Amino acid sequence: MKLSGRIKDQHFQFSSVTEVLAKASEEKSGDLMSKVAAGSSLERVAAKWILSELTLKDIYEHPVIPYEKDEVTRVIYDQVNEHIYKEISHWTVGYLREYILEHSTSSSALKRISRGLTSEMIAAVAKIMSSIDLVMASQKIRYQAHCNTTIGEPGRLAFRCQPNHPTDQTEGILASLKEGLSYGSGDAVIGINPNNDSVESVSRLLTISHEFIQKWGIPTQNCVLAHITTQLQALKKGAPVALMFQSLAGTEKANRDFGVSKELLDEASYYMMKMGTSAGPNVMYFETGQGSEVSLNADHGVDMQTLESRTYGYARLWNPFMVNNVSGFIGPETLYNGRQMIRADLEDLFMGKMNGLPMGIAPTYTNHMESDQNDQEIAGMLTALAGANFYMGVPGGDDVMLSYQDTSFHDDASLREMLGFRPLREFEVWLEKMGIMENGRLTPRAGDLSIFN
Amino acid sequence: MNIEQIVREVVEQINKKKNELQSNLREEPQNEVDVEYSRAKVVGVKEPIDSDTIAQAQKITPARIGIGRAGTRMRTKSYLDFLLDHAAAQDAVKKEVSEQFLEKLDIPILKTNAESLSQYLMDLDSGRMLCDESASWLQKNSAKGKQVQIIVSDGLSTTGIEENVHDLLASLEQGLKLKNISMEKPIFIKRSRVWVQDHVASIVNCDLVISLIGERPGLATSKSVSAYFIYKPTKDSVESDRTVISNIHEGGIQPLEAGAYLSDIIDDMLSKKASGVKYAQAKN
Repeated sequence: MKLSGRIKDQHFQFSSVTEVLAKASEEKSGDLMSKVAAGSSLERVAAKWILSELTLKDIYEHPVIPYEKDEVTRVIYDQVNEHIYKEISHWTVGYLREYILEHSTSSSALKRISRGLTSEMIAAVAKIMSSIDLVMASQKIRYQAHCNTTIGEPGRLAFRCQPNHPTDQTEGILASLKEGLSYGSGDAVIGINPNNDSVESVSRLLTISHEFIQKWGIPTQNCVLAHITTQLQALKKGAPVALMFQSLAGTEKANRDFGVSKELLDEASYYMMKMGTSAGPNVMYFETGQGSEVSLNADHGVDMQTLESRTYGYARLWNPFMVNNVSGFIGPETLYNGRQMIRADLEDLFMGKMNGLPMGIAPTYTNHMESDQNDQEIAGMLTALAGANFYMGVPGGDDVMLSYQDTSFHDDASLREMLGFRPLREFEVWLEKMGIMENGRLTPRAGDLSIFN
Repeated sequence: MNIEQIVREVVEQINKKKNELQSNLREEPQNEVDVEYSRAKVVGVKEPIDSDTIAQAQKITPARIGIGRAGTRMRTKSYLDFLLDHAAAQDAVKKEVSEQFLEKLDIPILKTNAESLSQYLMDLDSGRMLCDESASWLQKNSAKGKQVQIIVSDGLSTTGIEENVHDLLASLEQGLKLKNISMEKPIFIKRSRVWVQDHVASIVNCDLVISLIGERPGLATSKSVSAYFIYKPTKDSVESDRTVISNIHEGGIQPLEAGAYLSDIIDDMLSKKASGVKYAQAKN
């Protein structure tokens, strides 16, 4: 394994695959904070060069955290198809990049080889890809999933209606929910972030969203994004759960910080199949994002992007209905500005798809980041072009409970119109019945929540 | 006329117009009434089925609903409102807690290792430990062995702290006194993050720490405070060992009412000897 070389008369020596991966990453503040980033632009390019010549076997044999020490590593390695891996283990990362981009590589060929890759290999190839590389590759891969609606069909784009309220007030939540539905948002899920994480309160929100869906005959699923242990208790007590949520990270230590483990996720999946309200078979909803590990001091000296790819490899085990990337939610210590956020979104969409997931993107920013609405909209358009399955839908783009900005109901409708995408099949029929949409366009009635009077 | 001449004349013309424009601009404020931007909520939906329903809905949530659309995009006024609120939120992050406020609060002021706002924002660890000077001050001046330590942190919203902490702290102390729960004197820690509570607990040797911390500003409010609880933190404490109650501000959980609510939770945590996920499980 070659870990050193000369560029422009300078000698670069790296000590491990982990170091090469980190230094080959595009510049991000989180990697600077954890002191794993390249020290100069030239060192970054040197790392990309060395990385492009590593073989997949080199990466396979040097996981960034050892198999014995980390549950995430174990889950990823246990899912790798050995037959496929052996076929391609001699490939270099540079060759893998070209293979992914070649016209002759079909979507199904890509899906097949991805089963022989570890998440670190997927992170590695993304580090030597530019924005258009990432978009071209992402367009080739699309995964479908089914809960009550089918997500991920070609030509369709779904949205989570996110009707949060700062104190979980029923009427306030329902008002935002009606607003979102009237813009055609809500086919991915009606998902409420609770302020109060108690079982009683979470059960109440599950019940009101479920009853609203029943009353209006809406083809979708409900979800309350409390901690998984709270949702599980609500479910066991008979609360109506269609989709179960949890945030995940790319190391066992960070997941422990989040209060999750494989055992707990297995239990949640089991009870969802046993007691959940939805058709399935995909009944889990995960959220991820670059930087959670480093902000919890649980990164083991691994860069944010590689850990994000590992999160996807871990998430894949539970066949989720949706995986939402919220890079940009944490703040400037992980992604400093709009440029870093846009890059992360493109990397994450590609890596999620290569890891076999039905991916969506939440191009988000917080108010202490050097970023604004223009950056968010650019990230939204680029990732929609790259074939994201879904986005969030927040009233006016301003989440009044979580205090951050995300795609608005207006942005959702715009992304569909500008790219000619339709809502999910079952939901589009419902929108037409309600008079909100006709032939894929919003009608004059759209945007009026009083249609639910 | 040669080219040079043409260019010179055009430039002169432009400069003349510019000067006229600037003198107009200078005069304008004197002639026109200075109009204040209106942030009032209005029903922006064109020809709704029932405008009253929308107006009513706008009252029960701070969310941007009933704002209508131009095609699929926001109407001009809603877009400007959004830009205005984003600008205000960005400015709120950059503001430091005022000396006047700290004087009035009248509790010890401690510091972390974060020496500047930019260090605080970009390096999480810098805000997670008291600086040596503050740590030894606390070591010398704390009573030790009390049940509860209250920490006030500026966090990411000094506005949130300045607007809410007087009422919130008074009502919380009152609530704890009524329950006969013993307390260290509350402390203010400048440029601190939630995890500084673990360092403080290791010094004052209390059972439970509650941090009242300014939340990162949102667009709807830049005045929100969160309360983070941890029961007997150790070096191995993790994020899910903490319980959080967020959105304490005038448009969420009222600061005067929050004290009773938070002290009920503290009382319950002390009796169940747990916080975070363990506490949530112990409750059921």
